[in-house]
Amino acid sequence: MSTTTTRGVAQPAPAKVSKDRPRRGLRAGSTFNFWLFTGPFLIGLIVFVFVPIGWSIYLSFFEARFTVTPSDFVGFENYTQVLTDVDFLNSLVTFTVFAAFIVPTTWAFSLGLALLVNRLRFMRAFFRSVFFLPTAVSYVAASLIWKMSIFNGVRFGLANTVLSWFGIDNIAWLAVPDPPWYWLVIVTLRLWLQSGFYMILFIAALQNIPRELYEAAAIDGAKPGWQTFRFITLPQLRATSTAVILLLLVAAYQAFDEFFNLLGKATWGQPPLVELYKMALGENQNYGAGSAGAVVLTMLICVVTLLQGKIMGFGRGEESK
Amino acid sequence: MTTTAPEIDRTTAQPAKATKVKRGGVIGNTGLYLATGVAGLLFLIPFYLIIRNSLMADPEITGENWKWFPADIQWGNITEPFDDVTVDFARSMWNSVVVAVLHTSGILLVCSLAGYGLARIPYKHANKVFYLVLVTLMVPTAVTFVPSFVLVSSLGWVDSYRGLIIPGLFSGFTCFLFRQYFLGFPKELEEAARVDGLGYWGAYWRVVVPNSLNFFAAIATITFINGWNAFLWPLVIGQDPSAWTVQVALSSYMTNQTVNYHLIFMATAISILPLVFVFLFLQRWLVQGIAQTGIKG
Repeated sequence: MSTTTTRGVAQPAPAKVSKDRPRRGLRAGSTFNFWLFTGPFLIGLIVFVFVPIGWSIYLSFFEARFTVTPSDFVGFENYTQVLTDVDFLNSLVTFTVFAAFIVPTTWAFSLGLALLVNRLRFMRAFFRSVFFLPTAVSYVAASLIWKMSIFNGVRFGLANTVLSWFGIDNIAWLAVPDPPWYWLVIVTLRLWLQSGFYMILFIAALQNIPRELYEAAAIDGAKPGWQTFRFITLPQLRATSTAVILLLLVAAYQAFDEFFNLLGKATWGQPPLVELYKMALGENQNYGAGSAGAVVLTMLICVVTLLQGKIMGFGRGEESK
Repeated sequence: MTTTAPEIDRTTAQPAKATKVKRGGVIGNTGLYLATGVAGLLFLIPFYLIIRNSLMADPEITGENWKWFPADIQWGNITEPFDDVTVDFARSMWNSVVVAVLHTSGILLVCSLAGYGLARIPYKHANKVFYLVLVTLMVPTAVTFVPSFVLVSSLGWVDSYRGLIIPGLFSGFTCFLFRQYFLGFPKELEEAARVDGLGYWGAYWRVVVPNSLNFFAAIATITFINGWNAFLWPLVIGQDPSAWTVQVALSSYMTNQTVNYHLIFMATAISILPLVFVFLFLQRWLVQGIAQTGIKG
């Protein structure tokens, strides 16, 4: 620590002394400093991100059960195993359904909350906090509340209690795949947890919309309400909406906590990461197949992100022109 | 029902408003506050349930009729998670404190330095290094938990703080955020420090960091919340109950054979408490941080 500090402090001195060629001294100093600042991060990044990924690609071509230093080369066998695994393929279907539910609902819901809060004149900070507070709660804690209290399949769960007031029988929310009530549980949970976060993004974006636009629209006879929302607010929020949708999609892809805790050992309704967890860390400890699955998922998310960024990025480019 | 009625009121109130840009009207405002209030109540239900269940006796929770409030507040429930023999709750809380604090300070240190280096120190290969960081943004960290576990287990770091903390410190995203922030940091301040004879290192610690505390606080708050709430990685690493974080402990309650409702809800309440404090005291930075970083990211 102390040696690096003195070196850092001493660094400008040579640059001052050798006035005929100050540039080289400065450049050497900055090269050293660059590595001083970024070195630790870069080493960590290589060791804990790039090496595991490389190792995992290596493992995916080997028969690797209960071992991470395999010797049995199997070519693409792990990949064919993963890609023909019904559970794994089903998990991709689950993800698609999940994303189709959660992305639009969270987008609409958080935008709605932002519009509400943004119009408040009293108690705005209070309501913003109320909607934002769930962000502090972990998915595990929320799963516990949802599973054990709100959507408990027995008589004393809140949802079943409320239904019983209307004479409706108890519903086993999480115990059976059909009818798929479990989607309601999972989607409401994530909606509750995430909306406040994206609401903050939308509020920030709403406050960046120039007031003159609304004034000009009012002079042109646009009715406040749907018309100004449709033709001013929504287009102005386009960049934020794009970012929010992308973030939501990536988050949905990585869903693990609530599925793992709500559905537990169920064989249905499991997203990709839970399948991966079972494959690599379940009873079989099949690191080969698990690695192959991880590679497949990583490639999928890269393609999705790139495609979406491209499609929406192009759209935004036209908008700004 | 309550939300549809105000909708109508608002539309009828609109012609009067059309001339003025300012929105309002008593009826429109009532509708606005009604809708917000109903949504707010819905959002608070889960918090209410935690408090209700954690301070009730089990027979009351599972009783025939729904009770909104405990007949007798069971203050004794507060210590129960700590006395429970099946799950070492106190240990898991301590583990979470250690992990979240070290995770946050580690990330702040490592990523801010790297972000500054990338933003401010001229070096001919800086771009290549930056691309290396950008590539990792494409791969969500959660997807790489299998390879990371393979590495960490061969290092012998399973069930240890090292294994829980160190692999998560090298966040390309946080480094990226710091770089973006430092790109916008006023150059004049650093130049002044340079004139005073400070090198990059000295200028960074004496001038740049003290003038960036707001941004550091914002990142710290978000990182702390994420560290405290993390589940997948602690689940993978914490094979032995002594290495469980509080999230893993909570998860284990849900699969237990016998369910002690008041106990698990009290444990949940205790696990959320530190974050509620973070929220109460640091919300300003949090909101600011999300607004800044979320949009930039």
